[in-house]
Amino acid sequence: MSTSPAVTGPVGLRMKPTGKRRSTNAPSPDLSHNIILYVEGVTKSFDGFKALNDLSLYIETGELRCVIGPNGAGKTTMMDVITGKTQPDTGSVWFGQTIDLLGLSEPEIAQAGIGRKFQKPTVFPEHSVFENLELAMACDKSVWKILFAKLNAVQRERIDEVLGIIGLKDQRTAKAGALSHGQKQWLEIGMLLMQDPLVLLVDEPVAGMTPQETERTAELLVSLAGKHSVVVVEHDMNFVRSIARKVTVLHEGHVLAEGTMDEVQNDPQVKRVYLGE
Amino acid sequence: MSTQSMTGQGVLIPALKADRGGQVLLALLLIAAVVVPIFNLMIPEGSFFHLSTYTVTLFGKYLCYGLLAIAVDLVWGYCGILSLGHTAFFALGGYAIGMYLMRQIGPRGVYGNPILPDFMVFLNWTELPWFWEGMNHFPVALLMVVLIPGLLALGFGWLAFRSRVTGVYLSIMTQALTFALLLAFFRNEMGFGGNNGLTDFKELLGFDLKTPGMRVALFITTVVALAVGYIGCRYVIASRLGRVVQGIRDAEGRTRFIGYQVESYKLWIWVFSAALAGIAGALYVPQVGIINPGEFAPINSIEVVIWVAVGGRGTLYGAVAGAVLVNYAKTWFTAAFPEIWLYALGALFVGATLFLPKGVVGLIPARREKTA
Ligand SMILES: Nc1ncnc2c1ncn2[C@@H]1O[C@H](COP(=O)(O)OP(=O)(O)O)[C@@H](O)[C@H]1O
Ligand SMILES: [Mg+2]
Repeated sequence: MSTSPAVTGPVGLRMKPTGKRRSTNAPSPDLSHNIILYVEGVTKSFDGFKALNDLSLYIETGELRCVIGPNGAGKTTMMDVITGKTQPDTGSVWFGQTIDLLGLSEPEIAQAGIGRKFQKPTVFPEHSVFENLELAMACDKSVWKILFAKLNAVQRERIDEVLGIIGLKDQRTAKAGALSHGQKQWLEIGMLLMQDPLVLLVDEPVAGMTPQETERTAELLVSLAGKHSVVVVEHDMNFVRSIARKVTVLHEGHVLAEGTMDEVQNDPQVKRVYLGE
Repeated sequence: MSTQSMTGQGVLIPALKADRGGQVLLALLLIAAVVVPIFNLMIPEGSFFHLSTYTVTLFGKYLCYGLLAIAVDLVWGYCGILSLGHTAFFALGGYAIGMYLMRQIGPRGVYGNPILPDFMVFLNWTELPWFWEGMNHFPVALLMVVLIPGLLALGFGWLAFRSRVTGVYLSIMTQALTFALLLAFFRNEMGFGGNNGLTDFKELLGFDLKTPGMRVALFITTVVALAVGYIGCRYVIASRLGRVVQGIRDAEGRTRFIGYQVESYKLWIWVFSAALAGIAGALYVPQVGIINPGEFAPINSIEVVIWVAVGGRGTLYGAVAGAVLVNYAKTWFTAAFPEIWLYALGALFVGATLFLPKGVVGLIPARREKTA
């Protein structure tokens, strides 16, 4: 299965993420400074425990960023804050120059162009693979529009295209709940693609995948960067090494180091935290 | 489901074609609408084949329950909202039509007051309360049948869903809602007849409610309402909105993070369901001849959930089957062994939960999966 060519098919993703977003009426972010996501001084405590501690992070337009860090470092909480699931105690989160994400709800953030894959694969188990993609598809998602919504030829083609990208063409009518763990992960990535997002937040995409699946996932994520900004949280260091250009190391809710994989691996602080004593 | 992968077709026709249970239900309703009038009105009373008017009304009542059960299945089976207060909407629809029927009595009440219903004269009231104004007009009453339950559901749902109350807490709130209404409607000052409720109805649109012809007309109206309600719900479920709603049931967070305002979807389906329950109540009251605060009793709402569970949750037709079967059993039990009905109902619920997770309709072998 070849992944990269299909992504730029006839109804493929926007070439320039700065253009007006297709099929949604959400405001598009101002990317004039080439930074798509600003996370600044974010702190979040749970019962006194600081899951995020003065976290600052900047994601460039079109970059592929890996975020690593030990369990409990606050990686998932960071995604929760960006996607509106968790409101931070202090700090700010901006989407481009103009959109304050802390003032938006989860669906509004999703509509604005930030897609998210959960750590635990989360698909609609009772719906077919096709229907999962259909539901995720970028469009007007207000109640009345959806009640009378019908797929047009372009949308149908787009779903077929994504089915190809995620390698689930043969499973299109299968219930998502019946897929293997790895296939569910892929379906969820496919749902992300259907949303046509500017930023993809991908939480531990290769957990529970076979080496072959992991390799394909790496290819796919690399191919998506450029057209999208991709933030990948991962534990698997080999995987990170295979895709990463820039790595951010998170520790106790704070950025410990940032740089290329080699820089980060040779950082004494990182060595201490990661490689033990 | 392969329905959505067909191009150029509407939503409803393919959905009904794939819905065998629905086809059986609609066929049975059609047969009932033809056969019942013949066996009741055209076959003489002495004949073995004569269907008594009592039976016609009894089945009309069951079908009202069937419509109520569909309303509950829509929110519970498809959206995961376990409502334990749906008879509140049912009773409000019933009260709305009851008010109209009271005003139709006119000067023929015991006290002969042309405007005020008897219970108001009895309370020494001299003026009609403002909310009784206009209820002598049938179209106004019909509007209220859906508007009052709909608005209550809108207010309740808006508060509950916006605060993201879910699961058991939401169910308890719905119980509290119907219980609060029970207490309120018991009070004479509320202006709905207190303890006794509204009764002694005489006519609807000028037709005597007690004649067999009128009973059959009400039965057929109920059949039509149930069929239309069923088809309406089937449309909603087969639409993309239906898939979103089921998505909310199975993975609420996912639905939110792909950009759906989950609260709006819940609210919409909730209000629609409440309006359906109101219609069911409005059909029920002229047939049973009374509406009183007992209809708000929390246990009634729980019973509805049992009908749906016994019949088969998340199928719509199963809800109707459950409503009819359980109520048929109830009629029989309460005549034969009145003391043990509640135990039997409890046992039925436990039994269905343990042994029939898909309800009675789950026993019917499914058609072999078509390979698409
Ligand atoms: N909702 C919550 N309530 C309480 N503690 C939480 C909550 N969410 C996360 N935490 C805590 O915050 C810390 C960071 O968690 P998380 O962001 O999931 O880490 P990671 O994804 O890096 O493994 C953990 O110690 C976790 O227990
Ligand atoms: Mg995590």
